[in-house]
Amino acid sequence: MAITIYVPRDSSALSLGANKVAANIQAEANKRNVEINLVRNGSRGLFWLETMVEVNTPKGRVAYGPVMPKDVASLFDADFTNGGAHPLNLGLTDEIEWLKKQERLTFARVGITDPVSVDDYVAHDGYRGLKNALAKSGAEIVKEVTDSGLRGRGGAAFPTGIKWNTVLNAPADQKYIVCNADEGDSGTYSDRMIMEGDPLVLIEGMTIAGLAVGATQGYIYLRSEYPDALVTLNEAIANAYQAGFLGDDICGSGKRFHLEVRRAAGAYVCGEETSLLESLEGKRGLVRFKPPLPAIEGLFGKPTVVNNVISLATVPIVLDKGGKFYQDFGMGRSRGTLPIQLAGNIKQCGLIEKAFGVTLRELLYDFGGGSASGKPIRAVQVGGPLGAYLPESQFDTPLDYEKFTEIWAVLGHGGIVAFDDSVDMAKMARYAFEFCAVESCGKCTPCRIGSTRGVEVMDKIIAKEDHAKNITLVRDLSDTMLNGSLCALGGMTPYPVLSAINHFPEDFGLKKGQVA
Amino acid sequence: MSDEILVSIDQHIEAHINVPGALMPLLHAIQDDIGYVPESSYPRIAKALNLSVAEVHGVVTFYHHFRSHAPGKHILQICRAESCQAMGSEALETYVKKTLGVDYHQTTSDGAITLEPVYCLGNCACSPSASIDDQVCGCVDIDRVNEIIAEARNG
Repeated sequence: MAITIYVPRDSSALSLGANKVAANIQAEANKRNVEINLVRNGSRGLFWLETMVEVNTPKGRVAYGPVMPKDVASLFDADFTNGGAHPLNLGLTDEIEWLKKQERLTFARVGITDPVSVDDYVAHDGYRGLKNALAKSGAEIVKEVTDSGLRGRGGAAFPTGIKWNTVLNAPADQKYIVCNADEGDSGTYSDRMIMEGDPLVLIEGMTIAGLAVGATQGYIYLRSEYPDALVTLNEAIANAYQAGFLGDDICGSGKRFHLEVRRAAGAYVCGEETSLLESLEGKRGLVRFKPPLPAIEGLFGKPTVVNNVISLATVPIVLDKGGKFYQDFGMGRSRGTLPIQLAGNIKQCGLIEKAFGVTLRELLYDFGGGSASGKPIRAVQVGGPLGAYLPESQFDTPLDYEKFTEIWAVLGHGGIVAFDDSVDMAKMARYAFEFCAVESCGKCTPCRIGSTRGVEVMDKIIAKEDHAKNITLVRDLSDTMLNGSLCALGGMTPYPVLSAINHFPEDFGLKKGQVA
Repeated sequence: MSDEILVSIDQHIEAHINVPGALMPLLHAIQDDIGYVPESSYPRIAKALNLSVAEVHGVVTFYHHFRSHAPGKHILQICRAESCQAMGSEALETYVKKTLGVDYHQTTSDGAITLEPVYCLGNCACSPSASIDDQVCGCVDIDRVNEIIAEARNG
């Protein structure tokens, strides 16, 4: 019987040579007359071990990694197709400590199944949520999602059920489900991993959302920097149509839902929901004034649910196991799990799905193994380029939306970027303004002009020009941007800037402990 | 614009004319096909989609991804975002600029490589990252980037 071998098609694995590894495995198997069934799965999320190859054995899946293309011949020599001993043998995948310590709900199938196979998806509990949803009314589905306590995972943490309820109750001849897959934050890649590793869970989530609010058309707004995700999503959508899970008669229920991927074009601001809608309509991605909320007047003026990939991909398990099941994970008002992404200067970077409440320190050291450079971790930025920089003294903060708000920080989309002690925080503050200037849509003045003035003021501070005056000025400018910007881009750029000044004053020519 | 390009642009317009929110998918189709969106095509696009030329120009120039001039044979992007900075992307970008003799948004004199900044390729667990055309490369050091450049120049 053919032996099943898994080599990820995840683009991070590809960036380390997974395609070449897969090709070499196939060639070597042909050469040695070993019959194999090569499956291109998603990534398990242990990126320091990519390319991580897995082999199906009677005892379970055995992992090998990191496999370089040149290692393939020696793996065959070591009888790896039967789980043989080899320096790269990591043992049974399920026994890897890093994975065992996680609570994978949204990521339950990522790395396990063939991402585009509907059969494989169904065999691993897929489409059970949709089946339950088809037996419920829209209001009942919305109630289940509300009961789960699920909050928007894109960053704003708005309760998903409440958003859906608004759309459900907005009368219209056409409604839309829009998936925000414009994952532009540095240090985040969980959306990409879902779309490349288990796209059907997103498709199922969007279908359930459509049934819940009465929307018949969905769009996935996918960033153009994710060409591999585009391929996987389109394959999975085509297969879902063919299997009757999308289309005019979903599973014979007579209900309709159509889905299409639309490509973004490299504008960070289009991750903001109203700017995203403008872009989907074929316009410049200028942020809209709110109200009206997109839930009332969204895409093409119709009631629209705009949710992040992770929020929508979490809906199937909520409908499968019930809102109560999901709600039982987490702490405080942060219910369920968060897919956390470790990035930057970390020894073991990867995807960790844990219930809310885990601390930064556990993530950075127990999972991450400390810095990649071996130097002390000096600062971490949580929540993307608009998130605050946190010093070591705040590493015991548990991951919880409210706890982060208390220390003037944000969880955002769950990305954590670590910096060692070689980082210059004044440069990072300057970069925050620079990024804002590059990406500003230009509609509001605090963001459009403030970002450029911010770069100039930071240059003066770094050059020690009129130092005290310019420190006051950068704070004043930050205040204007915080309170006067139309959206989070200008409104949150002060988070990295001010947190850098407050926590690392010595990098700004200020005395430690001196908060000017 | 050559006749050949003109014909293919008209075909893309034809294929997208009834798509809701057609402009973005149309611009992508044109750029995927010929590598850029020629300025001289704006009036045809505008007329077909009932827009002004200014609106088409506005959209093309708003998005970093779209370009109105032909790029080099290959596009090399270096990630400038925080995660890659934490792993030394600044030194990498200085090296690449010096080696290629170009700044961002410029093309090497042999026409082989256009250098562009990118703000996150979603490959942050393998920082620093770069991409050549649509292929993302992770854990890119000087040796790796030299390989990428050599392959691009030969290919």
